[in-house]
Amino acid sequence: MNGIRVSNLTKRYDDTLAVDDITFTVPVGAIVGLLGGNGAGKTTTIGMLLGLLIPTAGAIEVLGHDMARDRFPALARMNFSSPYVSLPQRLSVAENLRVYGHLYNVPNLEQRIAELAAELELRDLLHRPAGKLSAGQKTRVALAKALINRPELLLLDEPTASLDPDTGDWVRSWLERYREDTGCTILLASHNMAEVERLCSDVLMLKRGRIVDRGTPQGLLDRYGRKDMEEVFLDIARDRRHAVPA
Amino acid sequence: MNSGSSARTAARRIWGLLYRHLALYRRSWPRLLELAYWPVLQMCIWGFTASFLAARIGNAAAVAGATLLGGVLLWEVALRSQMGVAISFMEEMWSRNLGHLFVSPIRPWELITALLLVSVVRMLGGVLPALLVAWILYAYNLFSLGPVVVLFFMNLMMFGWAVALGVVSLILRHGAGAEALAWSVLFGLTPFSAVFYPVAVLPHVLQPIAEALPSAHVFEGMRGVVLQGIVRWDHLIAAFALNVIWIAGATLLFARQFRQARLRGALLSIGE
Repeated sequence: MNGIRVSNLTKRYDDTLAVDDITFTVPVGAIVGLLGGNGAGKTTTIGMLLGLLIPTAGAIEVLGHDMARDRFPALARMNFSSPYVSLPQRLSVAENLRVYGHLYNVPNLEQRIAELAAELELRDLLHRPAGKLSAGQKTRVALAKALINRPELLLLDEPTASLDPDTGDWVRSWLERYREDTGCTILLASHNMAEVERLCSDVLMLKRGRIVDRGTPQGLLDRYGRKDMEEVFLDIARDRRHAVPA
Repeated sequence: MNSGSSARTAARRIWGLLYRHLALYRRSWPRLLELAYWPVLQMCIWGFTASFLAARIGNAAAVAGATLLGGVLLWEVALRSQMGVAISFMEEMWSRNLGHLFVSPIRPWELITALLLVSVVRMLGGVLPALLVAWILYAYNLFSLGPVVVLFFMNLMMFGWAVALGVVSLILRHGAGAEALAWSVLFGLTPFSAVFYPVAVLPHVLQPIAEALPSAHVFEGMRGVVLQGIVRWDHLIAAFALNVIWIAGATLLFARQFRQARLRGALLSIGE
């Protein structure tokens, strides 16, 4: 069973082809990485999966719902986090979580907020304005917002961007544990190759809007004859070396 | 999900967004002060002007003063309603929160309903202190016009909302470049709304513009009550009918621009 099914998805802005006829599936419970350089089409793809963008062509099915005709039931069962989209800075952490708890119709909301505060070490921050938090604290709050509705599908756009290595590692460990505990499906867009290698069971390599390669991290390393995903990424980005046929 | 349950869920989403704005006011007294500042200032300026004229000229000026104060107070209803919607939408844009909102299950109509409710709160926060100042300083009670005042309020709120939806649509289309319209667009319609003078005072060529504005009919109606002591139902019906047309047009414009924004990918980048 698939959490996400994308068929022949295309997005064109005037003369620019941002996403070019991509097809992929994300099985339920998997963590799949969307990897590519700037302008590769990762954010556009995520935007279409979230219903923020209307595709030029193709079909998207999320948790069994056709996003073109029936996106709201799917949106209620998924969530999203990105360092490039903020929460209201002047509201406290608790107020922000309350707002999104209402938007996602979360039952026993105060109890859910208390649970998330305990899990994500936010208890001392609940009454602080969101704008007064450090980057690491903001990331934890953004994760709490993304988990408020116990999503079955989580879309994460560069979840550890601008975090120090210690906080980044904490977030990655937390995501691994969360996926194991809940069976949540995660699609992760990232520039961080170590993160993708560690978290993802499958990787989609995007370049100029097309999926140019895909596979497990180990499979890609073997095919390109490299030691880490960063080298694989550079091979693909710079057309340096092509995969060795198995 | 049955219809009762989905109505409750929709109401909860609307409350969520309303709560977001109320929480903002709860923790910021300058924001609360800002709501009342301009309407109270306007009331002071025009109230003292009316008092001065009444003292110099007598009864005719007192009647003119009542028309003036009624005009100031009622026009604030339209202004605050319009700004309430437009500025609340811009608050989401400024805090770069629109991306989160539009990927939540909130429907566009629920978002608009929440913004309208926020605007009612903002309007009351501005107009009630001005009403109080008019009553304390000038012994002017707008409600002495009778229950018809409620219909004037409703019409002006609806007109403010229609204009606000137009402004929000332009922000969706042009981004931050259209922000200034949130403050200025209704001021531009003041001369045609015949707030302080009858439509007949306008040059003939401009009168059709005034006739097309619900606000002009409201103020003609208000002058009917103040000057002749009669309720001009013809103007009130015209105001309601025009408001229906204005709101329908603004809603269509919003729906079109929202879809265009989703086509262009503007919902994530709007305001940047």
